[in-house]
Amino acid sequence: MKEELFVSGRDIPNIDPYLNIWHWQIPLYLFLGGLAAGILFFAGFYTVRGKADKMQATVKWAPLLAPIALVLGLGALFWDLKHKLFFWQLYTTVRLDSPMSWGAWTLMIITPISLIWVASYMKEMFPWWDWKFDFLNKAEAWVIKNRVGIAWVMMVYAVILGVYTGILLSAFNARPLWNTSILGPLFLVSGFSTGLAATILLSKDPKERKRLSQIDLIFIVIELFLIVHLFMGFLAGSQTAIEAAHLFLGGPFTVTFWVFVVMLGLVFPAVLETLELLGFHVPKWLPAVLILFGGLMFRFIMVEAGQITRYLY
Amino acid sequence: MRYAMAIDTKKCVGCGDCVVACQTENNVPHGYCRDWIVESVDGTYPSLSLEFRSERCNHCDNSPCVRCCPTGASHKAEGGIVLVTHHKCIGCGACIQSCPYDARYPHPEGYVDKCTFCIHRVEKGQNPACVDVCPTHCLYFGDLDDPNSDVSLALKDRKWKVLAPEAGTKPQLYFLT
Repeated sequence: MKEELFVSGRDIPNIDPYLNIWHWQIPLYLFLGGLAAGILFFAGFYTVRGKADKMQATVKWAPLLAPIALVLGLGALFWDLKHKLFFWQLYTTVRLDSPMSWGAWTLMIITPISLIWVASYMKEMFPWWDWKFDFLNKAEAWVIKNRVGIAWVMMVYAVILGVYTGILLSAFNARPLWNTSILGPLFLVSGFSTGLAATILLSKDPKERKRLSQIDLIFIVIELFLIVHLFMGFLAGSQTAIEAAHLFLGGPFTVTFWVFVVMLGLVFPAVLETLELLGFHVPKWLPAVLILFGGLMFRFIMVEAGQITRYLY
Repeated sequence: MRYAMAIDTKKCVGCGDCVVACQTENNVPHGYCRDWIVESVDGTYPSLSLEFRSERCNHCDNSPCVRCCPTGASHKAEGGIVLVTHHKCIGCGACIQSCPYDARYPHPEGYVDKCTFCIHRVEKGQNPACVDVCPTHCLYFGDLDDPNSDVSLALKDRKWKVLAPEAGTKPQLYFLT
């Protein structure tokens, strides 16, 4: 038996007795970042494939949510900074070793791209829309002309953004729950799934919804596979990794994780989507809302639980 | 040059002088500390062992906090001392998350703060405040590249360990056992 205690009155807020420096802002931001990545990727994907006319909600309407999600996410990030007025220091350096630096620059690029994308569809979505200035009309014409090229760039950055939301956590080797390379693909897939869910909610076209549900189903299956893989990796790992896994396998996060994330957020919507594809009548909003809820819960649980895990010495 | 510290766990009595000296020397805000003492009891009665450790930032050679910092505020100064430039720090918490030793804390003024090995004293050829104040002389500081430094001599004849070596951070805090 090993027992350790601080005898010098170390009692630092947010660090003792366990690390809790990141609160609701970070998981919310990771959720919104993944959501925006998913929306923008599929908007770009169907544009590149020349199916923009058949996928109206995916290409036009859902991207409206992306810049809103990104800006809200950035707002949450800013809120979380302890030294807020120095935030601009993020953009005076490029730190290749720091995932957070990668993230800052990725957002610096993808946020304006998402705004340009939405702006180029404003006249189609809202016929009364008027840019008022001639140079804006010219810029719009240029964007519309080069939409496929922009779609490619947007897809690439959407993938980077989606992966980054996971890599941000996995780069911290001091937190065994996060320190796994599965987290990048897992957050990417989960983000894309939430993006698809949001698009399904907005779509009024049954054919489009069906196609999106089919893709979403594949993403859910991949996500479940990655979650199994995550725990296999932990249980085959070091003592710290095994203890991290036990938070979810009998520990304090067992019920929240398996019930809210896996059952309600993945398995149940997958069953509903399958039934829908088989022709049964399922409320169209139900699986989508469950997926969004599961995605949000997943990020809250991962951030909260990860901060409890640590090296023991 | 490679600054390091050795802590003799056999001589440390856990008095906390190092903690108070640091708080005074570095004007550490009330309720916070840059160094602290851990009392570690190992074993099962009746075969128990007790160890006191004066802990602080490990000034890791392979420092995850420096790697994770998005602005370059966390950096390595001469001799491998890990420092935070206050006006570059945005208080994002990445370095706090990356430290296996929980050696960093958010200063109430916003930036992240931690042990500096009292670099302002070291630059003048003095020891860190905690070393000078220790009543049992259980702390040794100096340049590992200099075979005659206090820390090199202390490590030469004794068994020692570092904390969480499996984290791969190559800590520069050595505990004599």
